[in-house]
Amino acid sequence: MARVVVDVMLKPEILDPQGQAVQRALPRLGFEGISDVRQGKRFELEVDGPVDDAALARIHDLAESFLANTVIEDFTVRVESEDAVAEAVK
Amino acid sequence: MSRTPLDTVEHAAATPDVELPWAELGLKKDEYERVVEILGRRPTGAELAMYSVMWSEHCSYKSSKVHLRQFGEKAPRSDAMLVGIGENAGVVDVGQGYAVTFKVESHNHPSYVEPYQGAATGVGGIVRDIIAMGARPVAVVDPLRFGAADHPDTKRVLPGVVAGIGGYGNCLGLPNIGGEVVFDACYQGNPLVNAGAIGVMRHEDIHLAKASGAGNKVILYGARTGGDGIGGASILASETFDDAKPSKRPAVQVGDPFQEKLLIECTLEAFQEKLVVGIQDLGAAGLSCATSELASNGSGGMRVTLDDVPLRDSTLSPEEILMSESQERMCAVVEPEKVDRFLEICEKWDVIATVIGEVTDGDRLEIFWHGGKIVDVDPRTVAHDGPVYERPYARPEWQDALQADDANKLPRPQSSGELKDQVLKLVGSPNQASKQWITQQYDHFVQGNTVLAQPEDSGMIRVDEESGLGVAIATDGNGRYAKLDPYTGAQLALAEAYRNVATTGAKPLAVSDCLNFGSPEDPAVMWQFAEAVRGLADGCLQLGTPVTGGNVSLYNQTGEAAIHPTPVVAVLGVIDDVARRTPVAFQEDGQLLYLLGDTREEFGGSAWSQVVHDHLGGLPPKVDLERERLLGEILISASRDGMIDSAHDLSDGGLVQAVVESALLGGRGARLVVPDGLDAFTFLFSESAGRAVVAVPRSEEVRFNDMCGARGLPVTRIGVVDGETVEVQGEFSLSLTDLREAHEGTIPGLLA
Repeated sequence: MARVVVDVMLKPEILDPQGQAVQRALPRLGFEGISDVRQGKRFELEVDGPVDDAALARIHDLAESFLANTVIEDFTVRVESEDAVAEAVK
Repeated sequence: MSRTPLDTVEHAAATPDVELPWAELGLKKDEYERVVEILGRRPTGAELAMYSVMWSEHCSYKSSKVHLRQFGEKAPRSDAMLVGIGENAGVVDVGQGYAVTFKVESHNHPSYVEPYQGAATGVGGIVRDIIAMGARPVAVVDPLRFGAADHPDTKRVLPGVVAGIGGYGNCLGLPNIGGEVVFDACYQGNPLVNAGAIGVMRHEDIHLAKASGAGNKVILYGARTGGDGIGGASILASETFDDAKPSKRPAVQVGDPFQEKLLIECTLEAFQEKLVVGIQDLGAAGLSCATSELASNGSGGMRVTLDDVPLRDSTLSPEEILMSESQERMCAVVEPEKVDRFLEICEKWDVIATVIGEVTDGDRLEIFWHGGKIVDVDPRTVAHDGPVYERPYARPEWQDALQADDANKLPRPQSSGELKDQVLKLVGSPNQASKQWITQQYDHFVQGNTVLAQPEDSGMIRVDEESGLGVAIATDGNGRYAKLDPYTGAQLALAEAYRNVATTGAKPLAVSDCLNFGSPEDPAVMWQFAEAVRGLADGCLQLGTPVTGGNVSLYNQTGEAAIHPTPVVAVLGVIDDVARRTPVAFQEDGQLLYLLGDTREEFGGSAWSQVVHDHLGGLPPKVDLERERLLGEILISASRDGMIDSAHDLSDGGLVQAVVESALLGGRGARLVVPDGLDAFTFLFSESAGRAVVAVPRSEEVRFNDMCGARGLPVTRIGVVDGETVEVQGEFSLSLTDLREAHEGTIPGLLA
């Protein structure tokens, strides 16, 4: 079983009120030197069977139609190797 | 992005042959030539950006202007009117030193592209119009139209729109007190998301959008400017979606209600300290609109340094900064000695504020970027002297056939059983069903001044705690009626909103409208528009309720198919003491039910014809505005003198719809008797205008009848409030439980 990660971020030109709120809070809490914060979403999909091109195409489809609102969001799809999964479990 | 060399005014004069993308920005060839003629040279890129957005349909009203003039020409004399058409919103005197400002606007296209943000920023935009007049926003309303209730895309658009309205309004702490939800296949792909807002102020607090006084500073405050909605005004409002290639889709504006809340408080505090000479909110066309309108409404001169505009994205070009529609921004004109205090207040509210320019002696709007002058125009030519089109219009060929297809000839129920089935079908149909699943997602009562909210006939807000002074607002529009006859349809929308306000006990004072139509380039659509405006202006004159402002939304069509002409009319009323309001719900068993007005066989465009026969044809109900006025006077008097305990206006769905709603809301049934001279079907389903049903306590029966008799309003006793069923004697009886299941189950069933 392999894990595929879909990261969804607001497009760069879209206003991100949540990110801004985080950024404004940082100096108040004593964390200096951060000039911008953008907040996104990360989906971890556990895939049955091999992660081949067909599977990735399917995931791309579901990300495009369901996980991301492509009117305002971009997304990336990447495979986390099985080793990495094992690493994470440890 | 480095642009070499900068397209300054000087550069433009020296390079007359440079080709500019005027067509891509939505300008027609003759419009571009007019710009060149005005300037005596080719425009700079920045000037072109400004002209193109300000001369778009959305900002310039170029197709509608010639017709909209009637609202001024035919405006009735009204002592209540303090500020009329042309400002951010109209202002009406409601007595006791209070003034109320209200307006309805559309945010149709953005809400189709991105339902949540489109609807949310629609609320944000209309609320800023209210703040810009100097008023504190107190309530919002949302007239909505969607495609067929069971269409899959409706399930995408509606929940997003409703969540966006709720999310933004609830975060701002504004109660949502009214509006409508209508489904019709004609809105598939072109949903109508109209948003209205009401604000309250003292007379002396009225502020206007003008920049006068040379040396006064121009302050931009609120959110930073980003790439939001660039070209939205010209591209979204000027073309149909079919033409909009993905690359031309502007970045969706995202709203931040918490920023807007700060903007409200900060602006009102600055007003209170009398720091503001003129003010304008930034909506469509952003800074282009704010600077050119402020300047042209004042003495005309203004100098702006664009480098000083706080940016969210440092790569924006000056053209983009001028066109950006980033939300939650306002522009104020402040005397130099008051600037420090103004900035202090902004800082207190955590609102970024920057002096970006000043008012000058001349009559030119000059904008600088990196030291070069990139705009040098007469602001009036940008803001007010846009193109005006006398678009050809013609009554469509199909209109006669449509009107000849008489709904009165449709097969009617043949038996009591059939009649009963059709009643159940009607009250459970998507358009007639309870919308509480939707409206409950909005906060109705925040701030604690809401007296009435949906599903009452009008929303009502208390303005003064001591005296009980309040205002009421109702919005109505029936696209089916307007399709059959746009002139009458617009008057019916006005009549219904007027009646709704009066039914709750408030006196109608003024009108705002949101006119939603298809493409003005289609003569048939233009005819619908012209007729609707003529009807509305004539109606307002007759009822004595002036139009104080509003909005036109054109190009609501996909391909050849335009939406039904949909003039949405908002009527604002005033009530001396909100404790005297009249609710819809039946209050007490034994009270007598009276039908006010005349019932005729009028089924054209009716809910019955839609639900039972899926039919649209014939003529809409007749309008008699004198009758509406009389009915209104009776309802207001009866409410003030305590002669009626509940009242409900009759509109789509007819009497049976009104009685079922009053019964379900009150948890009490009714026994009805078909009056002499009417058959049961006409009695229940006719949509004759100028009618209401009222519940009169027995002790008031004589007094109420005498009043109606003396004023000449037909009144018919039709039954009594009683029991657990709605019964029509000799025909059928339906339990409240069955009615409730039909009426309240439909919308959750479709959307939940």
